Amino acid sequence: MRIPSARGRFSGSLFELLRRPPEEETTGTFSLVEQLVDQAMDHHEILVDEDLQLALFCLYELHYGGLEGANERWEWNPGLIAARQKIEAVFEEALRGAVVLPSDRPENSDSVAEALFGLTAADNGPSMSRYVAKSATVEQVREFVVHRSIYQLKEADPHTWAIPRLTGRAKAALVEIQADEYGGGRQERMHSALFARTMRVLGLHDSYGAYVDVVPALTLASTNMMSMFGLNRRLRGAIVGHLAAYEMTSSQPNRLYGNGLRRLGFSQDATWYFDEHVEADAVHEQIAGRDLAGGLFETEPHLLEDIYFGATAALALETMSTARIMAAWEAGKSSLLVPLPSSS
Amino acid sequence: MSAASPLDEQNDRHAPLSSPEIVVCPNGPLLVRGDFTIAAANGGKIPRRRRTVALCRCGASGIKPYCDGTHKLIGFRTKPDTENAV
Ligand code: FES
Ligand SMILES: [Fe+2]
Ligand SMILES: [Fe+2]
Repeated sequence: MRIPSARGRFSGSLFELLRRPPEEETTGTFSLVEQLVDQAMDHHEILVDEDLQLALFCLYELHYGGLEGANERWEWNPGLIAARQKIEAVFEEALRGAVVLPSDRPENSDSVAEALFGLTAADNGPSMSRYVAKSATVEQVREFVVHRSIYQLKEADPHTWAIPRLTGRAKAALVEIQADEYGGGRQERMHSALFARTMRVLGLHDSYGAYVDVVPALTLASTNMMSMFGLNRRLRGAIVGHLAAYEMTSSQPNRLYGNGLRRLGFSQDATWYFDEHVEADAVHEQIAGRDLAGGLFETEPHLLEDIYFGATAALALETMSTARIMAAWEAGKSSLLVPLPSSS
Repeated sequence: MSAASPLDEQNDRHAPLSSPEIVVCPNGPLLVRGDFTIAAANGGKIPRRRRTVALCRCGASGIKPYCDGTHKLIGFRTKPDTENAV
């Protein structure tokens, strides 16, 4: 993706730096870190901090598809890693502060799955899927898809980072899920490719990052959370819990999203992604709960809290993000920073 | 040497790679992985789109024979005493 437009002092300095060759910029990167200290990041605000979430998103993007015009050597530049860690520390604190962990101590892998199924069932945030099924307009559905595209066009990638950090039952489980996410060896069935298809039917650009400039901090924060959990080995419990919660809150909502698109007259090409997830995630949620999260708990029981943390943080950010989007719509406004050109 | 148990079978390096396995999920579907076909009662095959599938056993799925997670909404409960490993 292209380097987006800056949203403040920090992302501004970062993007300026990324356009230069890394060899000459030792002082630049460390002054960036100092700037962060000055900026005195506030963990109450970081989830909605446009400047920092965008910068963090781009720092992570160096590890995924890269940024056009940024030298690839920036990926492991010590100054940028130091800056990333400073933001991550505050971001993680904010996420931990936003959740309440269950207190029950499971005995075995099945009771871990039960606990996670319980958590996700108790989640009673506002329902985007019911709204899309019953009342969303075409314009609102397009906005919803734009928000989702930030993750869905690289669906499964953040969790893939965890594979080498797991062993035995948990590792085999994650590989089994990911193989399905990546289309079982068929490129056109990759979930990210199915999502791109939906975008094209809706008249949206399907190249990665095409809409980064118009999505708000909270939308970026959802993907940043996954990248942070996935890229830090110490947070492997959290990325596992995140995936489990994600899979466990997918089948039914996706059925409703598909229904919403059908209500609006869209073709099977547009609903394929959602229909696929009704069936796929009913499989994935079992494997993710019992073998992935449960299996990790069996080998590393001390990671239980982080498994719960990843799961509850996933639910919490989803709730916040949905509330923000629906509030904008209720006020008759766009949920994006800049409204989309209307579809004709 | 004792008689072969199912566990020995799983650990047998001569067992075919894809010998089928059915996992009985408490309060949920049957997960089936490995080499199998799902036959329709009229003799045809039911389309299968992934290697590992979840078969509904609560009766409430909208995409039977596959599970769609509805068992969670209807509070489907299985009996641990008949489903636990011995
Ligand atoms: S067992 Fe899952 S829907 Fe019936
Ligand atoms: Fe998926
Ligand atoms: Fe999935």
